Amino acid sequence: MNTQSNAMPDSFEAQRVAPAVLTATQPLYWSVRRELWENRWIVIGQLAVAGVYLFAYLISLAHLPTLMRNLSAQDPMHHMEGIAAIAMPYDIAAGVMMLTLILMSVFYAADALHGERRDRSILFWKSLPVSDLTTVLAKAVVLLVVLPLLTFAVTVAMHIIMLLLNSVVLAANGMSVVSLWSELSIFTMWGQMLYHLVTAHALWPFPVFCWLLLVSGWARRATLLWAALPVVAIAGIEKLVFNTSYFIATVGIRLIGGGAPTDFSPGQMMPFGPMTHLTPFRFLGAPGLWMGFIFAAACLAVAVRLRRYQGPI
Amino acid sequence: MPVIEAHGLRKTFGTTTALDGVDLRVEEGRILGLIGPNGAGKTTALNAILGLTPYQGELRVLGRDPWSDRDHLMCDVSFIADVAVLPRWARVSNLLDYVAGVHPRFDRAKAEGFLARTSIRQRSRVRELSKGMVTQLHLALVMAIDARLLVLDEPTLGLDILYRKQFYDSLLNDYYDRSRTIVVTTHQVEEVEHLLTDLMFINRGRIVLACSMEELESRYVEVSVNPDKVAAARALKPIHERQLLGRSILLFDRVDRQQLAALGEVHTPSIADLFVAVIGSQVAAQGVA
Repeated sequence: MNTQSNAMPDSFEAQRVAPAVLTATQPLYWSVRRELWENRWIVIGQLAVAGVYLFAYLISLAHLPTLMRNLSAQDPMHHMEGIAAIAMPYDIAAGVMMLTLILMSVFYAADALHGERRDRSILFWKSLPVSDLTTVLAKAVVLLVVLPLLTFAVTVAMHIIMLLLNSVVLAANGMSVVSLWSELSIFTMWGQMLYHLVTAHALWPFPVFCWLLLVSGWARRATLLWAALPVVAIAGIEKLVFNTSYFIATVGIRLIGGGAPTDFSPGQMMPFGPMTHLTPFRFLGAPGLWMGFIFAAACLAVAVRLRRYQGPI
Repeated sequence: MPVIEAHGLRKTFGTTTALDGVDLRVEEGRILGLIGPNGAGKTTALNAILGLTPYQGELRVLGRDPWSDRDHLMCDVSFIADVAVLPRWARVSNLLDYVAGVHPRFDRAKAEGFLARTSIRQRSRVRELSKGMVTQLHLALVMAIDARLLVLDEPTLGLDILYRKQFYDSLLNDYYDRSRTIVVTTHQVEEVEHLLTDLMFINRGRIVLACSMEELESRYVEVSVNPDKVAAARALKPIHERQLLGRSILLFDRVDRQQLAALGEVHTPSIADLFVAVIGSQVAAQGVA
């Protein structure tokens, strides 16, 4: 019986003209495109935050000529301070965009598998030859790759606009533009930022995002609440039994990209600067990272399975 | 080789039995109407066929197990569900891009050709379209897919009569080619009556009638009985009797047509009348019990 029924699909396909061949990655590619169409706010939101920040920066530029004058005074004591003062808005820009990234990722993940059930479009998506695995992976790809890279691109664009604004102000005040460009070491800054985004804001918090993804595919409403409840419960039990708070600290810090054995030098708040040392091998060798990946994989596996059973709500 | 074959298909939700041992066989090129009252199990049966719900029993669609093999099955099966399910945020062009990107049997030019006949523009978002237009759009997408089986679950629910008529006309003229199979459920039986080749009544999770339309014509006869022949007609055991404008209309199953012609005016019952006779008596019996 089994062999007979297994043979059936072949005989059916044999009757038809061979279909146009789709590569295996094509459904994944189009599923990621679908996510970006559906969640245009992840792009618009980042651009809006960037726009507001640039506007504020434009106003603050009034102080720049004074800063540069102090810098050119060549007092070694004040030189470092001066550079730090000029570089600070660049660091803050990156920080603001990373905070935006965290918020976007949380809200995106918490809605990812909920939206299609809420608006019943899951019946349309399931009428196409795209597997549940592909659909869930597309959402994970957005969190792991698309969102961090988008944040990187927006921040780089912000930095370039800020540099241009700086240059215009300096030139208008008859000052050297070259010294600004040489002191800021912008390319090093970008390299460190990209590394930081990928490690601390994509790979490290990935298990938390996957947990949100899972709950978004399970809960009928209030996905963020349902995602938070077990965390609160476990933290409460831990506090009661052991009088410790490791769990809540681990989850919370992971979410904001902290606690990762990445690129923070001791006592340094912002991840960039001349004191920063990139330590990719220490990061990749951290057991916490791999335990997180195992948890993330388990969450994704459950999410795939859930989507198979789920219909509109 | 059947397109759909089911044996003892069962599905329960808690204590409710949605499908109670359904046996089903749909051959290639048929247009099957699955008719039943609300909650009869129509949608559950279709969901099982489409791989949207797990089930007990044996089910093969195009030789595949729909539950374990949905994504492959969907290369050869299309469906339009009971209400407009196209994502409201999408542009028409997004949907064309997406389906062209993931579906090996989608002919984009064909879909654009269908859309050109409507007032739907590719820049429009689904949320800006009327319900009728969304259905037109969905039908254009589905008709451009070279599928072997098309499943329609109340596809014209909530549409006005113009759109409803246009829907089935397009389906017959531009899509159906005798090698494709269509399964349709609807409450507006009279609209699909002329296009069906097969009919199936489902009630309380069971198939209560399954026949081809030719079989229906040869098996069932409705007689508008002359008043003086009512007693004679009742002796032939009609399956249903109703009154219309003072005359008794009796419905017979497998009774000789010649014999009935002597009793009054003879004609083939409509699906709606047959439905009332077959399902209505069951519902009435349940009510008494």
